[in-house]
Amino acid sequence: MSAGPTLKILVIDENKIRASIIDAGLRDAGYSEVTLMHEIAGIAARIEALQPDVIVIDLGNPNRDMLENMFQLSRAVKRPIAMFVDQSDTESIAAAVDAGVSAYVVDGLKQERVKPILEMTISRFNAFSRMARELEEARSELEGRKVVERAKGILMKSRGLSEPDAYALLRKTAMSQNRKISEIAQSLVTAAGLLGPGHDE
Amino acid sequence: MSAEHQIEAGFIPLFDSAVLVVARELGFASREGVNLNLHRETSWANIRDRIAIGHFDVAHMLGPMPLAFNLRLAPLSADTIVPFALSLGGNCVTVSNAVWAGMADHGAEADADPARAGAALRKLIATRNAKGEPKLRLAVTHPHSGHKYELSYWLAACGIDPLADVDIVIVPPPFMPDTLAAGHVDGYCVGEPWNSLSVVRGTGRIVTAKARIWRNSPEKVLGVRKSFAEARPEALAALLRALHHAARWCQAPENRAALADLMAQRAFLGVPAALQMPALSGRLDLGAGIIRTIDDFFLPFDKAANFPWKSHALWFYTQMVRWGQVAHTAENSRTAHETYRPDLYRAALKPLGVALPAANAKVEGALTVPTPVGSAGASLVLGPDGYFDGKVFDPDEIEAYISAQSQAPSK
Repeated sequence: MSAGPTLKILVIDENKIRASIIDAGLRDAGYSEVTLMHEIAGIAARIEALQPDVIVIDLGNPNRDMLENMFQLSRAVKRPIAMFVDQSDTESIAAAVDAGVSAYVVDGLKQERVKPILEMTISRFNAFSRMARELEEARSELEGRKVVERAKGILMKSRGLSEPDAYALLRKTAMSQNRKISEIAQSLVTAAGLLGPGHDE
Repeated sequence: MSAEHQIEAGFIPLFDSAVLVVARELGFASREGVNLNLHRETSWANIRDRIAIGHFDVAHMLGPMPLAFNLRLAPLSADTIVPFALSLGGNCVTVSNAVWAGMADHGAEADADPARAGAALRKLIATRNAKGEPKLRLAVTHPHSGHKYELSYWLAACGIDPLADVDIVIVPPPFMPDTLAAGHVDGYCVGEPWNSLSVVRGTGRIVTAKARIWRNSPEKVLGVRKSFAEARPEALAALLRALHHAARWCQAPENRAALADLMAQRAFLGVPAALQMPALSGRLDLGAGIIRTIDDFFLPFDKAANFPWKSHALWFYTQMVRWGQVAHTAENSRTAHETYRPDLYRAALKPLGVALPAANAKVEGALTVPTPVGSAGASLVLGPDGYFDGKVFDPDEIEAYISAQSQAPSK
């Protein structure tokens, strides 16, 4: 860690899990004065009380326009706040936007003091996105397996097939239509639900 | 035609992104050889950032935004030009039921008349001040927006100082109805359907409309990163032709239902089609079932709606000066003059043989009746385009206009 007083960092993120991941990362890197905010209500008063040096906000937050207007006008913000530090550093700005995060810093802060904070935030945002994607993939695979099981059950019951034959029929149909087995299974489950007095209910 | 031009476009889920959405979804873009990729965004700041770093080539923008970029009023600004406008009108001013009741006590009637509503609001504010009640909080969507400027213009012309007599705050458009219902703001100026939504819920009343404050006034534009326009002029021209056809389709009354259905999809606006009909027909429920037709409420095509008039940009500039956002200097006024690019509009549309205004600017507010104007190609009808207070804006007399308006509102 560089010498000098630690910077006060405000993280505004409606996603509490992501915010805590960023918080942990910043604290591990030695930044002890990190505040998390999950809601925009009352933000002017919070910023006035906190006087943060760096404000990090996720790009999914629709209140960026309000925040930027507040930074320009409000008496709550005693020191001017600019976006990023060095606007010529387009590479790190692009990396931040790619990751889905933006940073505002008070005027006069040196680039080298802010850059590690931004880099840490970007890497944590990316890690969170990766995690969320893997979770979504796992979830949809599980869903897919469940729906295939139900489709097999419908075929076994309605056409008197064995379990391997029911699966083989689903697979064959999927291959001939160039679709996923889970999609075929979903169509079958939907159709069965529409046609019959419940296989499931 | 195969897609030879790949163009990335950002948009905000608002009704006036319709021309971009229709250009892609109904195939007008692909017919011009453009593969138009639409990216839905959550804030104008995101649009600005992604234009600046090159994620987007073009975007749905508030009319004054490109000026603010070029005048360096916003962080991370890329030089941006406007070769095409996406709409005229479309906004309303909505207030809470409590404010409406107070206005009605002071002579307001449910007729969307800006002069009458403004006079009532001024008297209500005087009454509130006398009782020591807090200032009214009015929300707009962005500091550099048509909403901010038309609301401020209306207030000032009615003797209300928008800087001293009310607090103007920023709220994202989709949050306006909830913010009003929760009592965090007393009123707002925003595009549809966010006014009708408060009326439908019984939590707000429409008191006037942009088209009544300044008829045929500019709203959203196509902002284009200047470096993109210079590097790929043919791609941009093809896009402008696609947007022209899309805008014509959006204006046609027979397409209203299909347009409302399209915009109702989750990927675009995600609000029920029925809520979008007031914007398309101009028949608005002002509250309590009182229906009024607002002429030229929202124009995606008619009255040369897509022409990027320099006089529109210059009027926005005069309002930036008026409300202290930028200093009036020769250099700034030149920047404002060069941001809107009617030359690019004409060059792109010339092969279509459609009506093209011959002038780059016009005297705003000069037309009291629909007026055929000098144009290349087919005939073109403009106006009426009056400001409600009867003033006119002559872009050749910008100094006089700025010095006359900078005086405090008449009380």
